[in-house]
Amino acid sequence: MARFLTRRLLNYVVLCVLATFLAYALASLTFDPLARLRERNPPPPATTIAAKEAALNLDEPIPLRFSTWATGVVAGDFGETVTAGEISDQLWRRVGVSLRLFLLGTVIGVVLGVILGVVSAIRQYKISDYVTTLFSFLVLSTPVFVIGTLLKVAWLPVNQAAGTQILYFTGEFSAGFSGTWWEGVVNRLQHLVLPTVAIALGQIAYFSRYQRSAMLDVLGSDFLRTAQAKGLTRRRALFKHGLRTALIPMATLFAFGFGLLITGGVFTERIFGFFGMGDWLITGVAQQDANIVATVTLFIAVLVLFSGWLSDVLYAALDPRVRLS
Amino acid sequence: MAVPMTETAASPARTSSPITPPKGATGRGRLVRRRFRRNTFGMVSGVVLILLFVGAFVSPWFYPFDYRQQDDLFLLTPPSPTHWFGTSKLGEDLFAQTMRGLQKSLVIGLLVAALSTGLAAVVGAAAGYFGKATDRSLMWVVDLLLVLPSFLVVAILSPLFRGGSWLLLVLLLGLFSWMITARIVRGMTLSLREREFVKAARFMGMPAWQIILKHLLPNMASLLIIDATVNVGAAILAETSLSFFGFGIQPPDVSLGTLIASGTESALTFPWLFLFPAGLLVLTVLAVNFLGDGLRDALDPTSTRSRRRG
Amino acid sequence: MVDRATGRSDGNAVLAVRDLAVSFPSESGRIDAVRGLDLDIAAGEVLGVVGESGSGKSVTALATMGLLPPQARVTGSIRFRDTELLGRTDSELSAIRGRHIAMVFQDPLSALTPIFTVGDQIAEALLIHDRALSTAAAAKRAVELLDVVGIPQAARRAQAFPHEFSGGMRQRAVIAMAIANEPDLIIADEPTTALDVTVQAQVLDVLATAKKLTGAAIMMITHDLGVVAGFADRVAVMYAGRTVETGPVDAIFETPGMPYTLGLLGSIPRLDRAQREPLVPIEGHPPSMVDLAPGCPFAPRCPLAVTRCRTNEPDLEPLGDAGHDAACWRTAEVRNAKAATDVFDIVAVEHHTLEARSERPVVLAVDDLVKHYPVTSGTLLRRRVGTVYAVDGISFDIREGEVLGLVGESGCGKSTTLLEILAMDRPQAGSVQVLGRDVAGMDRRSRRALRRDLQVVFQDPIASLDPRMPVGDVIAEPLRVHGFSADQARARVTELLGLVGLRPEHVDRYPAEFSGGQRQRIGIARALALEPRVLVLDEPVSALDVSIQAGVVNLLDELRERLGLAYLFVAHDLSVVRHIADRVAVMYLGRIVEIGDVDAVFERPQHPYTQALISAIPIPDPHRERTRERILLTGDLPSPVDPPSGCRFRSRCPLFAELTEDLAQVCIDTDPPRRPARRAPESGRTDDSDHEAACHHARVR
Repeated sequence: MARFLTRRLLNYVVLCVLATFLAYALASLTFDPLARLRERNPPPPATTIAAKEAALNLDEPIPLRFSTWATGVVAGDFGETVTAGEISDQLWRRVGVSLRLFLLGTVIGVVLGVILGVVSAIRQYKISDYVTTLFSFLVLSTPVFVIGTLLKVAWLPVNQAAGTQILYFTGEFSAGFSGTWWEGVVNRLQHLVLPTVAIALGQIAYFSRYQRSAMLDVLGSDFLRTAQAKGLTRRRALFKHGLRTALIPMATLFAFGFGLLITGGVFTERIFGFFGMGDWLITGVAQQDANIVATVTLFIAVLVLFSGWLSDVLYAALDPRVRLS
Repeated sequence: MAVPMTETAASPARTSSPITPPKGATGRGRLVRRRFRRNTFGMVSGVVLILLFVGAFVSPWFYPFDYRQQDDLFLLTPPSPTHWFGTSKLGEDLFAQTMRGLQKSLVIGLLVAALSTGLAAVVGAAAGYFGKATDRSLMWVVDLLLVLPSFLVVAILSPLFRGGSWLLLVLLLGLFSWMITARIVRGMTLSLREREFVKAARFMGMPAWQIILKHLLPNMASLLIIDATVNVGAAILAETSLSFFGFGIQPPDVSLGTLIASGTESALTFPWLFLFPAGLLVLTVLAVNFLGDGLRDALDPTSTRSRRRG
Repeated sequence: MVDRATGRSDGNAVLAVRDLAVSFPSESGRIDAVRGLDLDIAAGEVLGVVGESGSGKSVTALATMGLLPPQARVTGSIRFRDTELLGRTDSELSAIRGRHIAMVFQDPLSALTPIFTVGDQIAEALLIHDRALSTAAAAKRAVELLDVVGIPQAARRAQAFPHEFSGGMRQRAVIAMAIANEPDLIIADEPTTALDVTVQAQVLDVLATAKKLTGAAIMMITHDLGVVAGFADRVAVMYAGRTVETGPVDAIFETPGMPYTLGLLGSIPRLDRAQREPLVPIEGHPPSMVDLAPGCPFAPRCPLAVTRCRTNEPDLEPLGDAGHDAACWRTAEVRNAKAATDVFDIVAVEHHTLEARSERPVVLAVDDLVKHYPVTSGTLLRRRVGTVYAVDGISFDIREGEVLGLVGESGCGKSTTLLEILAMDRPQAGSVQVLGRDVAGMDRRSRRALRRDLQVVFQDPIASLDPRMPVGDVIAEPLRVHGFSADQARARVTELLGLVGLRPEHVDRYPAEFSGGQRQRIGIARALALEPRVLVLDEPVSALDVSIQAGVVNLLDELRERLGLAYLFVAHDLSVVRHIADRVAVMYLGRIVEIGDVDAVFERPQHPYTQALISAIPIPDPHRERTRERILLTGDLPSPVDPPSGCRFRSRCPLFAELTEDLAQVCIDTDPPRRPARRAPESGRTDDSDHEAACHHARVR
């Protein structure tokens, strides 16, 4: 088993490198980072443009540029931005911001989604099932940028009624905020709630749909009937034999759910003014910056593959059939 | 239905007289229609979608305002009998704009879904049927593309169609959204390949491409129809998301995404600018998803296959 | 105990079912799965409930357990001792389930929860009903129970998960669970249907042990009259949701009072009878249980039906002999009949006498054929970690006009052999010759041409026809592939439909509109389209109900006679092979262990495996079953990844266990070659010359 997981990990490293290279190459091919400089009024002298071009290594072929960049990455240096900032300076702060959102979103999403899905399946075709289904479909049909904005619109009257900002709409914390450490935590929390809800809703909807169908599979299974034939009541058989078995397919879905989460994260950060990796990606594309784009791609690839790997581990933990083979 | 046992002379096989199939076998088509009609959400969604289509493509013929027209007398007015959905800060009529955006989103959704589902069917069936090296290499490409979210790739490539045709956007979206369906098709192919009617075709000497076309794909028709439907919803969401950031449909053209993007800034002050396009977007995608779900129940009632959307 | 003579058990019934009716909603209307069923089971009695699929037997079992889905509507009465079971809440029933009434299900592969160990699941059955029991004591008792049901090294195996158990072992574990609380009644729903015959014999033996230990009554639900004959005290025959005949087992088998029972008995190919007696097919198919027509539900298929049968449904009435009831208006006629063939008006197929075997040309020759599969691990870098010796050097030939039965249990390599022959690729080793031409060196074109002479009929009548093609297209497909015009194909399809007993107007219908037996006929028509010389049949009747199976077997028998075909008939059912084949080859772990003329092999089996296999097949004759000696094999089929050294059968061989040390050493060291069988002393026959067995110590028992 351990060997199997290590082998997987190796495969993933190759995929990561390739994905990053593709992103870097595509970005280098399509981006024109000098456009902004050239269009400046009055036009800067040709030497300035040439100097910039040399600074960005634009005269080298793309694979060479990539290997230069990648060598730096291995050493912890992610290169410079077009606007001459060090990527590494911002990187870890932005990673932290994004991870905080993703982690909270996933945990809340998985837990609530699984509970909703199970309840929905057990009470199939009851009102609660229809409400859950409707909720899931509605959320899955609504892009995150609409959910985020709607949350703001919905919360505004609450803030107004309270006469104070209970929850904030933009930024990670209030600019120029000063206070005790505890007040700082509260202030950050006040900023964090709405984006977290925005990102978690999609996860809840996603997981509840699949947990419901996995649970329905189990409800009709032979082994549940055997458990009842032994003398367990349906309810006890469901919780003891059914629930854990129904969780197994969730492990594989976990990795797929993460893809949804990352795209959702980009929007959430953008809408709520969080300066995370998603926000950076948009900035990077807007500024035509291949280094930023490649860095964000690497981050995403690592996350997706890590979640895939975690999926395998979870799967093995939940299912003895995999564990022993 | 009773067959006289003494009838022997006429029938060529003496020990077995002709047998009629059981009566009352309900035709598949009728069964599917009946199951679908029972699905209220699916039925309502179908009707809603038809209305949306008619609205998007017919209303510009009689509605007095064009989506590019600016009415200087009406700047940022709320919905009224003249301007059904109100106007923007440049005096553009929001109803005309939303209908235009809906048109664009629907067309893009349909094209992308057709493209990506077709691609998925070909790749998935080839990987599943031929197996071995073909399978491994194709699935590796799928894995790679799953690691690179399509949103990211299309965003990176967005400078290409800035000023170019929106068809390029369709092509890119289609090229980067077939992977999940392909995986499911591959799984189906793997199980169909072992079915005896496929083996029978192979042992009677039928070439592989004919087996794929005549046996495998028709037997996945339900799955492909369902997936194509759901992919329409996914494609509309992808397009609006890209347009929201300016990576998709480029001005002066509009899509629901660009409209929502410009409405978001003033969502708290002039809510109609946001709510109408956003509401129509959600309604469209929701209807498509319910339609897909209803189709799944009707076409494939025993399916418990977990769908993966990512 | 029950009085075997009368079989009456009213006084001390453990279970009394009265007027039970169960219905379910469905797409096409309400299904009346059970319609007014009466049943009694006395303490310690074994009641065999027999019926074809859809007769309502499993639904009855689930109704008794209170495990029907909530949308089922149940009326009538089911009394367990003095307790009415219908209308109880789930928690009330759960106190009875597993404690007083236990159940063994059909499919052992899915009956156990995959995520708990077998030991834990058995212990759970104990802990549920005995709150005072400690976990440790329950675990200890679970190991004892596993030992009782014959699981070797029970203490270690209790720690295993279900997927590490074979099908037979899982069924034993389920039985251990069922007897854990010494119940009064065990309901066994087709407990051996999913198992191989030798494992079936083991499991039936375990059930008999369980009955002896607990004194429980057993309700044995099965479609196999053979199983019932040897195991049951009384039999209830079900048809269309009702009991149509019930009585002591001997009475049912000897003097059935209802045409359906008579037909069922006549439809089973018998291992103990030489071939060439026609089977009795019951034409038609069981009725749809939605909106059942009035009258006896069997009337449409009944050769004795009169007007009354089509208007009034008969009730169970005593037949005169003790405890024997039947629901039929024409019992007198049935009981006067000498044999099922009289009532069902069967005309025997006339068999031409073939030329001597050596005179006929060989149409299919397999010589030392080998097919090994690699077992790989790893995803990115695959490497080989073992080899499945699926087919490991087998040889046989089939001559014109003859049928070779290839038999063996699942995993013996018979299907792989068949696929290797059909693939017509160069084998890993050895050779395959079709009509004298080696397939190995062939180019694509001549291989395609040769395919016309070698066609296949598959097992599963549902999976073998493309559900999206009308039947006409299905049958025309091979013709179109081989370049026939649409018109030519159409004419041929009509001809073929007639040949297999279907009507020409069926061409436009879809496979789903046909019953299993009809679909199998369509499959046969497709195989015959190109006028092949050799037909390969992969378990062609094993997915069909017995009454339907008989018709298909008769058709195959007739076709080969009319068209002069040769068959390679792959089957696990030795009775069918005995009935249809001229020669038989017995496979075990990738090898042929015995081959020869059917009569020689079945009457004078030489290899201990053949002997065990034959003895494991139940015979639908209570007298013979009671007096038969059964050779029980120990354990399961070893994995083909790691076959035993020397003789592959030695790990389960009853003969090996009795051998002296140096005789046994030969079996361990040397792989036995196939040798001509030793002539039985009393046999004066000459055709034994090609009877061969691969055993160092082969002898007739």
